[in-house]
Amino acid sequence: MDGVGVDLFEYQARDLFEAHGVPVLRGITARTPEEARAAAEELGTDVVVVKAQVKTGGRGKAGGVKLARSPEEAAERAGEILGLDIKGHRVETVMIAEGAQIAEEYYFSLLLDRSTRSYLAMCSVEGGMDIETLAVERPEALARTEVDPLVGLDQAKAEEIVAAAGFAEADRAELARVLVLLGEVYRENDATLVEVNPLVKTGDGRIVALDAKVTLDANSAFRHPDWTAYADESSDDPLEVRARAKHLNYVKLDGSVGIIGNGAGLVMSTLDVVAGAGEDLPGQPRPANFLDIGGGASAQVMANGLDIILSDPQVKVVFVNVFGGITACSEVAKGIIDALGILGERATRPIVVRLDGNAVEIGRHMLAEAAHPLVEVRETMDDAARRAAELAAAAE
Amino acid sequence: MSIWLDQNSVVIVQGMTGSEGRKHTQRMIGAGTRIVAGVTPGKGGQSVTFEEEPVPVFDSVAEAKEATGANTSVVFVPAPFTRQAVIDAVDAGLDLSVVITEGVPVKDTAEFVDYALQSGTTRLIGPNCPGLISPGRSNVGIIPPTISGPGRIGLVSKSGTLTYQMMFELRDIGFSTAVGIGGDPVNGSTHIDALAAFEADPETDAIVMIGEIGGDAEERAAAFIAEHVTKPVVGYVAGFTAPVGKTMGHAGAIVTGSVGTAKAKKAALEAAGVRVGRTPSETASLMREVVKGLS
Repeated sequence: MDGVGVDLFEYQARDLFEAHGVPVLRGITARTPEEARAAAEELGTDVVVVKAQVKTGGRGKAGGVKLARSPEEAAERAGEILGLDIKGHRVETVMIAEGAQIAEEYYFSLLLDRSTRSYLAMCSVEGGMDIETLAVERPEALARTEVDPLVGLDQAKAEEIVAAAGFAEADRAELARVLVLLGEVYRENDATLVEVNPLVKTGDGRIVALDAKVTLDANSAFRHPDWTAYADESSDDPLEVRARAKHLNYVKLDGSVGIIGNGAGLVMSTLDVVAGAGEDLPGQPRPANFLDIGGGASAQVMANGLDIILSDPQVKVVFVNVFGGITACSEVAKGIIDALGILGERATRPIVVRLDGNAVEIGRHMLAEAAHPLVEVRETMDDAARRAAELAAAAE
Repeated sequence: MSIWLDQNSVVIVQGMTGSEGRKHTQRMIGAGTRIVAGVTPGKGGQSVTFEEEPVPVFDSVAEAKEATGANTSVVFVPAPFTRQAVIDAVDAGLDLSVVITEGVPVKDTAEFVDYALQSGTTRLIGPNCPGLISPGRSNVGIIPPTISGPGRIGLVSKSGTLTYQMMFELRDIGFSTAVGIGGDPVNGSTHIDALAAFEADPETDAIVMIGEIGGDAEERAAAFIAEHVTKPVVGYVAGFTAPVGKTMGHAGAIVTGSVGTAKAKKAALEAAGVRVGRTPSETASLMREVVKGLS
């Protein structure tokens, strides 16, 4: 649950919609063709839709959404879709959903708008298609309405949105009712995005959310104990999973220079400076990861971080770049020395260290005293980055 | 002069009785900040002693302000209680409230920022920020006071440690005010707010602006600079190496699609006449050239 947003699978978002009274169609998840057959039988409709459950867009184009006219056919389609790779996401689950007679397709989303520090509702009578394309090619077809965070998407705002989007008078009341409910989904679940594409009018005139996309704000997890059900590590790198268990803010990248720093901004900057230093070197070494040990990091946190990074076989050299604000450089130095003691002979790769700020003299002195053959201290960030890149290039 | 914070700032610590609040209050007092009160609902009437001086604790910001004449608060309360703490500060009509707490739900931030903007009285900085320092005058938050002394550069940054790094690089020149606005998707004060304040501050000669991937705050700041800032601005942007769709620590630092990339931000700043360094030290060198040209 670390990080900015928790993306839900469509079936999870659909369930949230249903819990708030948003009209949705019945849907049942399946992880095997046999389960898909049983789901289609249970639904009992003439047509079902087999939908890949992946946290990315464009699944229709990738062959991840197919119609089936019998339980046997549903099983077959599920067999084709399960295991597909859609933009790097492997399909582990499909949802078997009721088919619908679609008369018209619309678009609706409600999201956090960083530019205005407010919420933004976007709505269009032209749904179903790629909304980014619509926004660029025909921006006038996408009505944008600001929603005040302290007021939320109330009845008056919903009416304003459907009018701005240019819906037919006859449909406006029901659409506004559904939008208010989607606003509740957003507010009560601490969402940063609720998107429905398409929102449809069925042949018999009902407004139904045919798709559901929800992103939750991870910072709000403390007031939603039930969110543990959304924990999803299937698409994560094993090192990222291990790091998360140690409460480390780690992102795996492709290069050979392991990076440890404090503060997201400084670590991002460190990645850039290392990549820049590597540009002119053989093999063009690049950063192997992002790892922020945070403010006030202890020796133990430093040791945990070093352990994770040295578990990455791609790493040829480690660069520790710390500017001590709250973090004391003496703790960082202790962490490095402790980690090397614990790792013993498993520590085989050089560690370039740059320390400045809080307790820097003590930290540098500790490293000098320890005089570990793998540890090299450099005075400045640029110099240390260059040295780390050189060592990585030489190790290729 | 300086922006938003000076020797006349009289400061309340919200959450002073907690371990974080206590630790940082000690540091701020050591840096010369005029701390006059703490606020912890339910602990009014108690006091906390720093360097043998008891600092009184009040139940509300309004009471603390009434008793002490404070005009500023700094918020260290845990994330679940931050929204109410900020609303308390706004209701008391403080001039400035600086929210250090990280991990605040973005909905709460959107609401209390909206509330403060509607009040028209209280400037918010943060959340998830290191605060601000006007060296030699006052220090509110967690920026170490020892990195750099006073001078004539203004600094605004999303990132705490990049603020420290840049202050360290330019410690030979010094700062009027350095402000960390925080790395969350919604910030109480923006780059533009800080740029406008530095432009108006007679004791700031040049501005260094540090941005990072995510959102369009830097692009909007670039447009503002082109229109409204006559003082020289030097920029730095972090996150060129960050992959699309991956979060890099800050909730704000995420690249989605082509919007919010470091490359786009750098280009926008350069188009506005801002010289942008490739590394923090190169950025500092550019600033040094600028300052030399001014004298």
